[in-house]
Amino acid sequence: MDFTIDAEQKALVKAARDLISNVYDSSETRRAITKTEPGFAAWEQLAEMGLLSLPFEATAVETSLVAEELGKVIAPDPFVEAVVFAGGLAAAVGDEALSESIADGSTLAIVAWAEPGSRWSTTPSAVTFADGVLNGVKAPVVQAERADVLIVSAATAEGTRLFVVRDGYSVETVRSIDGSRSGTVTFTNTPAEPLGAGGDQAGVLNLALDRARIAYAHEALGSMQTCLETTVGYLKTRKQFGVTLNSFQALNFRAADMYVALELARSVITWATIVAADEGSTPEAVASAASQAALQVSVAGRHIGQDAVQLHGGIAMTAEYSVGHHLARLTAIEHVIGDGAFHRARLAAVVGEHGVLDPIG
Amino acid sequence: MRLQLSAEDQAFREEMRTFFTTQVPQWIRDSVINQEEPTKELMVESQRILNAAGLAVPAWPVEWGGRDWTQLQKHIWHEELQLAGVPEPLAFNASMVGPVIATFGSQEIKERFLPATANMDIWWSQGFSEPDAGSDLASLRTTAIKDGDHYVVNGQKTWTTLGQYGDWIFTLVRTNPEAAKRQQGISFLLIDMTTPGLTVRPIELIDGSVEVNEVFFDNVRVPVENLVGEENKGWDYAKFLLGNERVGIARVGSTKRVLAETKERAKELGVFEQFAERIVDLENQVLALDLTALRVAANSDKGRPDPVSSVLKIKGSVLTQAVSELAVDIEGPAAVADHLSLVYLNNRKTSIYGGSNEIQRTIIAGTILGL
Repeated sequence: MDFTIDAEQKALVKAARDLISNVYDSSETRRAITKTEPGFAAWEQLAEMGLLSLPFEATAVETSLVAEELGKVIAPDPFVEAVVFAGGLAAAVGDEALSESIADGSTLAIVAWAEPGSRWSTTPSAVTFADGVLNGVKAPVVQAERADVLIVSAATAEGTRLFVVRDGYSVETVRSIDGSRSGTVTFTNTPAEPLGAGGDQAGVLNLALDRARIAYAHEALGSMQTCLETTVGYLKTRKQFGVTLNSFQALNFRAADMYVALELARSVITWATIVAADEGSTPEAVASAASQAALQVSVAGRHIGQDAVQLHGGIAMTAEYSVGHHLARLTAIEHVIGDGAFHRARLAAVVGEHGVLDPIG
Repeated sequence: MRLQLSAEDQAFREEMRTFFTTQVPQWIRDSVINQEEPTKELMVESQRILNAAGLAVPAWPVEWGGRDWTQLQKHIWHEELQLAGVPEPLAFNASMVGPVIATFGSQEIKERFLPATANMDIWWSQGFSEPDAGSDLASLRTTAIKDGDHYVVNGQKTWTTLGQYGDWIFTLVRTNPEAAKRQQGISFLLIDMTTPGLTVRPIELIDGSVEVNEVFFDNVRVPVENLVGEENKGWDYAKFLLGNERVGIARVGSTKRVLAETKERAKELGVFEQFAERIVDLENQVLALDLTALRVAANSDKGRPDPVSSVLKIKGSVLTQAVSELAVDIEGPAAVADHLSLVYLNNRKTSIYGGSNEIQRTIIAGTILGL
């Protein structure tokens, strides 16, 4: 077991950090960008730097490192949705043309998998495919309006199948709590091309989603780290009763607890990436690792995000200040990847199958 | 990043696992697995088996029986030992007084004590806390006043764990009551517990066990050659000792084993489904602790405790408690007269000893976060 990153990976982190923190140089810059369409601004530069091709030529470690950097400034670019998830699906089924166009940034692809009222089930029922066309509704679909291509899961005679759709559907868009865009997509006799070759694709979809969940967890981890750093900085400088807030043990102890939660979450989330990157990992192992990471996102994300706001006081309730946006993003990530209850239930189904849980491969 | 251990570490892990599960007698391991109070006989026999194989005091300098292992290997040794239900080498010997003597003691005192300490020919007790010096250890008042070639010790120590078995006690005593700072007048003194004037009084705990004791010193005469290192430098040695204490205190392997046994028990009683999500939550947290311990082990500089060890102490103690709480709940009404409930009560100590979890938060806030 080795948690260290090599020199090349360190260079990747630095390059990604420089680029992202240049585009989103303050919370106010980010806020302004999320208010204009499409709500993100670093995409072309991410493409130029080659970061969008990472899922096709590197491992889960590299994509997670970049996701974590995005999370530190809660960059609203749909890196995980479009590149890790949609790109992961394109690569998994061997669609080279789609993979290449995602990698060079010319196509922004989004996976439309969630259905209204189905919680986090990946078994489609609302959207069906027959006679070359799709019918039904998918929601929520992140950045559906901006997407050049939708990868749609649908119920078919052969089970769950994936389809590529470029037009012929309608999108109703609302702003999400984290400044992103959330779409309800309606397909009405929409022509669709199958993605990849025949047979049930539930396994392909689930594995790609679990890998995306792990990358999302790194975005959350980056955000949690910023929450703690910002809070600690505030405690050292903000004065009340004539002294800085770090004169008060009750506040310092809560910051210490945030640190404990952060470091424990970092261990599980990083381990999940290592599981995803390991060629010997089965889809079941990746699923369990994704749920372990997602459970940390739920528990630690709420703890750290909420206490970051509380320890700041009123200033954190304002849109001008950063940590409230982090809490919003952490809340959104958890509800995209599945909340604590969902992942507890998923793990509960397998927890009786092993005695001691051994994280070493 | 890599999921597997290196081939070398994997082989090391196998070697440890094989040794612990085949060379330590089953009756010893069963007693640990059943969470019984350890007897002196059990502790001594187990540690002598480990010592004969060079596995009792790996963290010590090599010339005194230590092993030139990496931090990761030491972590693996510790975890495999706990997973197998092998009693840990007595902490007072192996991770407290031994390293202090090896690091700060004279050659003479090393030769006199280290081999006997590793082999449990001496059972050490700890004489640090006093009735009015708990978390605020530097306020200790037991005095050692020089009289010719002896110190005369007067005062009282408390919370002396397993002191009823103790042959010798290592103490922090005040040798200079006039020192400008109270930390400066403290020395680290070794005392034979059979010396006239020294008495041990047991303290019964909330689980009915007699695990800790009070130790009284009434004009106890201690030869000056029993001083470790320099006079009035004892506080430095104590800080070194307490840092080492935190590292091993997370008890990850042990908590993993107990959680696995608790799962089996829930199945036996037909209540597994009812407790499954709580088990999941605990397993998720134990996983986080386990991986953090691995991460810290791989990153630690030799001999210097990582400040993140405070995270391990806080979470490790809380999880030891939470798992024993789960075990009690799984027993249902039978818990009112069950041994597991006594274990639960006893485990409340884990967030108090070794520097209470509030002291650990102070360390994190100050040392790591700079608050």
